[in-house]
Amino acid sequence: MDLLTRARDVASAVPDPELPQLTLGDLGILRDVVLRDGQLSVTITPTYLGCPALDEIAADLRHRLHEAGFADVTVRLELAPAWTSDAITDEGRRKLREAGIAPPRPASPGPVPLTLALRPAEVACPRCGCADTVRTAAFGSTACKALYRCRACTEPFEYVKDT
Amino acid sequence: MDDESLLDHRWAFGTGFVDPFAIVGLDEPTDDPALVQRCLMLGDDALIYSHRLQEWVTHLPELEEETALANIALDLLGQARLLLTRAGHAEGFRAGEAVGGKYLGPDEDKLAFFRLEHEFRNVRLVEAKDGDFAELVARQLVFSTWRLAMLQRLRASADPGLAAIAGKAATELAYHREYAEGWVLRLGDGTQLSRARMQAGLEAVWPYVEELFLPDPALDGLPAELADPASLRAEFDAAIDAVVAAATLARPSGPAVARIGGRTGRDGVHTEALSHILAELQSVARAHPLGTW
Repeated sequence: MDLLTRARDVASAVPDPELPQLTLGDLGILRDVVLRDGQLSVTITPTYLGCPALDEIAADLRHRLHEAGFADVTVRLELAPAWTSDAITDEGRRKLREAGIAPPRPASPGPVPLTLALRPAEVACPRCGCADTVRTAAFGSTACKALYRCRACTEPFEYVKDT
Repeated sequence: MDDESLLDHRWAFGTGFVDPFAIVGLDEPTDDPALVQRCLMLGDDALIYSHRLQEWVTHLPELEEETALANIALDLLGQARLLLTRAGHAEGFRAGEAVGGKYLGPDEDKLAFFRLEHEFRNVRLVEAKDGDFAELVARQLVFSTWRLAMLQRLRASADPGLAAIAGKAATELAYHREYAEGWVLRLGDGTQLSRARMQAGLEAVWPYVEELFLPDPALDGLPAELADPASLRAEFDAAIDAVVAAATLARPSGPAVARIGGRTGRDGVHTEALSHILAELQSVARAHPLGTW
């Protein structure tokens, strides 16, 4: 395996600190890995601008790549094009469901309409699959998640917001 | 502490060990003289409003509202940090002194913690302490509706850094507005008491709306159809009217808050409330200006 492929594999497999079931690759925030004259440059993009996990993600990337033998690693943050929840891979969505977290619906591009009513849930329960769920809070334990409750199995669950 | 660590110390990151990121696009050279002001305005709005929202945490009626307001405040703080970083780099480039191939303007911490009150460029809307929860969501509805419309326009900014920040921030603002909208609907179309307090909340923040729509250098340099303050106002009015009507409320019509010698928050003329915010926000950094941890 050539060096660049190995670097990509290592970077891609680093777990996300706030959704540790998912890797940076699953989450779709790893944008680019470039190897030039022995210098490795890794580019990531934030899920949210205020995401407090960014420092930790950069530290994890440096640490894992150092362990894999890459001495000179820089991490760059790229803001455009903005991350959307559509970038989460199918594998990432499967892992979310397994962890009891509902994966995001497809994000809708363009102007955001007013809701003008309590928002219909339209999120299936990741535990029992029932569609009869209710959103209990638009914001959850991290910036990228909302809180829901299933009316069938009555369990609360988290939903990775579509954005 | 050697000279290099003095240059590197960062209050907000709090580590002082490394500059964690090279952020793509935020240190690009620019020949746009208004870019510094434009980024300061949008950054200061977010910084000051974020602080006010943080003050609500532990005082809210339910845990869900605590997490919501804390998350919204965190989003705005993230936006403020990048906007102030862009403003600092643009200022450094304008001053034209390259050090080691880089144009070093003030960093985000210097701008947030070491400017004086009259150097802040935020609108006065974001300064007041909310009287009650209804006033909180009224202010948030006004602020997020305006900011969402503004950020959507700024995605077409000629500065790639500002355009990139706006592109990401707009998706965050959509959630903030939805939060405010949901509460204005619940309280307005609720009980007699909640409706009266929601209306009073709107009346309290309405005098500060006009300041959002003054001729604004943030709009300079955009394509004409986007730069028109009237189109921004029309979009804002349509959204507010729709929410207010669905919530069985009335759009306030009271006069705008007075300008001081023709000047507003955008010119550095603020209400007394800003000095109270800065006294707290800046106290630790000013008490220990060389502090790291």
